[in-house]
Amino acid sequence: MDQIPDLLRDYDFFAAFRTTIYLTLLSAVGALIIGTTVAIMRVSPVATLRTIGAAYVTLVRNTPLTLLIVFCNLGLFIQLGVVLADKNSNTFITTNNFRLAVLGLSIYTASFVAEALRSGVNTVPVGQAEAARAIGLPFVKTLTYIVLPQAFRGAIAPLGNVLIALTKNSTVASVIGVSEASLLMKEMMDERPDVLFVIFGMFAVGFVILTLPTGMLFTALSKRLVVKR
Amino acid sequence: MRQRKMAALAIALVAATGLTACGDEGDDSGAGGSGEKITIGIKYDQPGLGLKEGSDYTGFDVEVAKYVAKELGYEEGNIEFKESPSAQREDLIANDQVKLIFATYSITDARKEKVSFGGPYFVAGQDLLVKADNTDITGPETLNGKKLCSVTGSTSAKKVKDTLAAQVQLQEYDTYSKCVEALVGGAIDAVTTDNVILAGFAAQPANQGKLKVVGKPFSEERYGVGMKKGDTDTCGKVNTAIQKMIDSGEWQKALDKTVGPSGFKPAADKNPPKPDACA
Amino acid sequence: MSSEVTVLFDAPGPRSRRLYRIMGLVSVVVLAVVIWFVLDKLNEKGQLTAAKWKPFLTGEIWTEYLIPGLIGTITAAAISVVLALTLGGLLGVGRLSHAAWIRWPSNVLVEFFRAVPVLLMMLFAYKLYAEYDLVPSDRLALAGVVTGLTLYNGAVVAELVRSGVHSLPKGQSEAALAVGLTQGQTMRSVLLPQAVTAMLPAIVSQLVVILKDSALGYIITYEELLRKAEQIGNYKANLIPAFIVVAAIFIVINSLLSIVANKVEQRTRRRGHAAGGPLKPDQIDQAAVAAAASMAAPAGPAHSS
Repeated sequence: MDQIPDLLRDYDFFAAFRTTIYLTLLSAVGALIIGTTVAIMRVSPVATLRTIGAAYVTLVRNTPLTLLIVFCNLGLFIQLGVVLADKNSNTFITTNNFRLAVLGLSIYTASFVAEALRSGVNTVPVGQAEAARAIGLPFVKTLTYIVLPQAFRGAIAPLGNVLIALTKNSTVASVIGVSEASLLMKEMMDERPDVLFVIFGMFAVGFVILTLPTGMLFTALSKRLVVKR
Repeated sequence: MRQRKMAALAIALVAATGLTACGDEGDDSGAGGSGEKITIGIKYDQPGLGLKEGSDYTGFDVEVAKYVAKELGYEEGNIEFKESPSAQREDLIANDQVKLIFATYSITDARKEKVSFGGPYFVAGQDLLVKADNTDITGPETLNGKKLCSVTGSTSAKKVKDTLAAQVQLQEYDTYSKCVEALVGGAIDAVTTDNVILAGFAAQPANQGKLKVVGKPFSEERYGVGMKKGDTDTCGKVNTAIQKMIDSGEWQKALDKTVGPSGFKPAADKNPPKPDACA
Repeated sequence: MSSEVTVLFDAPGPRSRRLYRIMGLVSVVVLAVVIWFVLDKLNEKGQLTAAKWKPFLTGEIWTEYLIPGLIGTITAAAISVVLALTLGGLLGVGRLSHAAWIRWPSNVLVEFFRAVPVLLMMLFAYKLYAEYDLVPSDRLALAGVVTGLTLYNGAVVAELVRSGVHSLPKGQSEAALAVGLTQGQTMRSVLLPQAVTAMLPAIVSQLVVILKDSALGYIITYEELLRKAEQIGNYKANLIPAFIVVAAIFIVINSLLSIVANKVEQRTRRRGHAAGGPLKPDQIDQAAVAAAASMAAPAGPAHSS
């Protein structure tokens, strides 16, 4: 335990977790946007859109995240030339990789957000949508005014789990060199094998601190916001 | 309790799958018998040095390993190659899972604490791999403002950034093959690690004519043959074999055959090296 | 699902039908343009040449790389499943125990293993085994992968067990206690067997998570599909095609597993073994909703990892 001050001095532990937190939050926003879009596609009246939505979920959910993130870098960036940062900046590689990782995590997590929302839609009683249609609301309005707001509230607990999983999954960004927590842990363990347990303890506690409150917050939220029926 | 269960399981697995291998290695003291087998550790993922090609193994390390094994009295068919990732090399030797290691294994004082080295059989140096038509990168000090690739946790990229070119941008992947893919794709300007490893990538048929090694090594890596600590007997035999390989011209032939197609020439003042005395 | 879909909109009239058809057409065109752009770029970068793709038609690539890689992936997953079920069973029952000294440590362990990323646990286990020489070095990577997967998935299974038992009607345990069974007997012979039936679909779809996560093993040099793809890339200088092929293998296997999970769920529901029916997201109490809900086969909100 008394090595912790030394380790904190030699390694930028907090900067690594800061990157982890940024990765998580930005990807969460991205995943929510993409995931909601896919969920809407999956319940839309247009058959083609439903198929595309379903195909997206099947393809992305069943691919290992490691591969997806590698594809974002080697595929999107290097092969397809998709650039997400200023090419002339002298932090181009760092920034670009960070954003590619955010994109990869968003794409991956979106499939789980879409599934969570769809199950949220399932919790909305049929009568709600029927009543909406009965007063003449078209599909888009039925969805945005009546069904989705209730679906989000019904899907809060699973969405919380998705966020926790995302926090942990952000460690995979290390495969394209994003310097987040797991990359630093690997480096520290390579250089200081004498304090293996201390290092693991520090990082494990870091993740517990990040994920436990998220879990509690979402459980509390889901209880508060649940639609009473 | 979990770990004990894990360990027990792992041991059971080894017992199930590794029995034959153990039998082979158990009686290798009287080397030279006709049916005798030897297990040699090599890299599986370094083109030009140690590469698994289907069920074959190719590369300079492999050629040297085969030659040395033959001199020690093992027929080629009796050599069993085993993958030896960098982090596991000392362990593989300590646990008798391999007898010799030819796997871009630099001789260092820290490693000498745990294993003994025969050789060196090659002196490499850290260098840069660039596109064949690149003219503005001529050495590490010309890297400012460029994008350099290496693998995570390797000291080679840090060395460049800390001492030679502070303005360089670092891309880190977990493997060199991703670096090479990025270099060919034009996303980065240079890859850095030992020159002969880089030459191995440049010599691949798909990359021939597209990539070149800059040829200004800025460190010295002496590749040795790892073996059990204190095994001076084997060390002496290995050194004799290496010397014979060099004298007979087989060494040069092996080098030309494996990394030659890249146009790479090792530093002539250091190669071929003279094996160290066995401690 | 389709029944819920149609609830959201009326049967389209002629105008809507035309509109939907146009939207469908537009989306197909957009998709086609994207695909064309990707293929065009890949072609431009020389990724679609025969030299890069032909190797996958040769037996050698399959017998020396892909099949051994697949075996590696499945081995790690299979061992982890067995160990995770054991660990998860113990922890799950531990969490339901009436003795606080069993319940609390179980709770802490489950929460801890669920909070720490699998990758971190793998890296740590790998280093630990190497540093203290706990596992022979050629099984080091496997042991690391299996440890990481077992600890995390054990925690998930523990949650499943708990919510499975909670989903059973109260009458089950009341009746068992009333006929004179002890707490332990009630758990063993009445509650658990029903809970397991209810959990089955969720466990099968957890296999998908385990298979995918085993791919993390390549970071600690475990010989699974991803690492084999890397080796193919070194051999034939076709890293990107190799990754694409491996992704396809993962997608096919995992989709098959999802289908199996679905079938198992339908069957469980039809045969009605469990008094509570198969676990579905909306049946699980909110406190325990976490892992279990997210795992309940394809319809459920998925638990990514």
